[in-house]
Amino acid sequence: MPENIVALLPELGVAVGQTALMLAIGLASAVVLGGPLGVWLFLLGPGQSLEHRGVHAVVGWIVNLVRSFPFIILLVALVPFTRALTGSSIGPVAAAVPLSFAAIPYFARLVEQNLRDVPRGVIEAAHAMGASDLQVVVRVLLVEARSGLVLALTVLAISFLSYSAVAGVVGGGGIGDLAIRYGYYRFQTDVMVLTVALLVVIVQLLQWGGNALARRLDKR
Amino acid sequence: MTNTPLIHLDRVTRRFSTPDGGVVHAVRPTSLSVDRGDVFGIVGRSGAGKSTLLRLVNLLERPDEGRVFVAGEELTALGKRALRDARQRIGMIFQQFNLLQNASVFDNVAFPLRLHGRPAPAQVAARVAECLAVVGLADKARSYPGQLSGGQKQRVAIARALASRPDVLLCDEPTSALDAETTESLLLTLREVNLRLGVTIVIVTHELPVVTTLCRHVAVFEDGAIAEHLVLDEPLAPATRLGRELAALAGARATAHTLGVVAREAVHA
Repeated sequence: MPENIVALLPELGVAVGQTALMLAIGLASAVVLGGPLGVWLFLLGPGQSLEHRGVHAVVGWIVNLVRSFPFIILLVALVPFTRALTGSSIGPVAAAVPLSFAAIPYFARLVEQNLRDVPRGVIEAAHAMGASDLQVVVRVLLVEARSGLVLALTVLAISFLSYSAVAGVVGGGGIGDLAIRYGYYRFQTDVMVLTVALLVVIVQLLQWGGNALARRLDKR
Repeated sequence: MTNTPLIHLDRVTRRFSTPDGGVVHAVRPTSLSVDRGDVFGIVGRSGAGKSTLLRLVNLLERPDEGRVFVAGEELTALGKRALRDARQRIGMIFQQFNLLQNASVFDNVAFPLRLHGRPAPAQVAARVAECLAVVGLADKARSYPGQLSGGQKQRVAIARALASRPDVLLCDEPTSALDAETTESLLLTLREVNLRLGVTIVIVTHELPVVTTLCRHVAVFEDGAIAEHLVLDEPLAPATRLGRELAALAGARATAHTLGVVAREAVHA
């Protein structure tokens, strides 16, 4: 085994842990905050139960606004906010703040789009049976869209795995950071190959897992 | 009780604005009463507004003017919550069935039962079994809609609509996605539902044979208004083209029935 890699192994373990931590925080906030935001955005849309043209336009505009920031700009711009929230602007937890900030509207949009695929008639039938708006969300929309939502989360996880590499700029650490610091700045090609290969494997596993779960959930 | 109609629409109207700024009068001022226990047909060409009229009954469409009464209660005067309770007593089935694809047949039929309060699982299971038995699908509880034929899906939809013991079943083109044979047996099921369970049926369709098979009272709906009322087992003097087609069909059916009886008697003799 090349000595560069042997020397790096302990740090590689730490990096994998940091990436996992950043992804976990980012994805969790996407689901917990972005999910309801996406549902709300959908319900505000034309023909839905909370239809409101003005609010829908404003919320949609904010979602687009956050999504249009290049991630690295967002990362830097949010430093004061990050420091206020986590007490620090470096480290994986700090890096998870801008990651979450970007993931929330991203996932909200994916959720909204998936819910649009639920046939209108099914929602209508639930209303005709006397379901409340909340019951329609929980028992109809989320049930019918669940496999699409799992795939949306998979897409999100994979995009944010690569976003997390940028987090190295603020000392976030992680696998991508390792690739840049050793593989790129120090010309250690073997390290570069190893880290990229590791990322390839993680992406494949995520997609494979997401596909398998989505297929299991889909009874259509 | 006997002389108040189960459903009464009092001068309801419904307009839609089109994207180019025009206005479509889907339902012009219309009044309509349906008696308890009746099977009432609403026929019309596509685009005549008949589905909109039906959807006014359970307020899936809110009328722009007029009032809607079901079982003596004015639905148009109810708040959100009270309307949800009232809707339990109004079942509805649709052309596209509108079942939850990711829920089993059992869970689809249990859906309305679980919306209000927290019924005991054993109670739910018993009611679901009853309803599936009515539509002849007792053995399909564990299946998913994707594994069923069109006719079976519509039967599940009927079972679901019956689960909360409604007074009335609204049917919006229930057989339009089905072939002739399946239609025939589905109509038999609907008749059973009407006769055995006493559920009033209002059915909207463009298929005249559906009406002559099932209904006693018919309203011909044209261009957003009721053009005429017909009572199918009385001598007919239809004024509209659809009415005449309907009368011809009803006549032919009666003749065929009589011939059938004569033929059978001839065989026995």
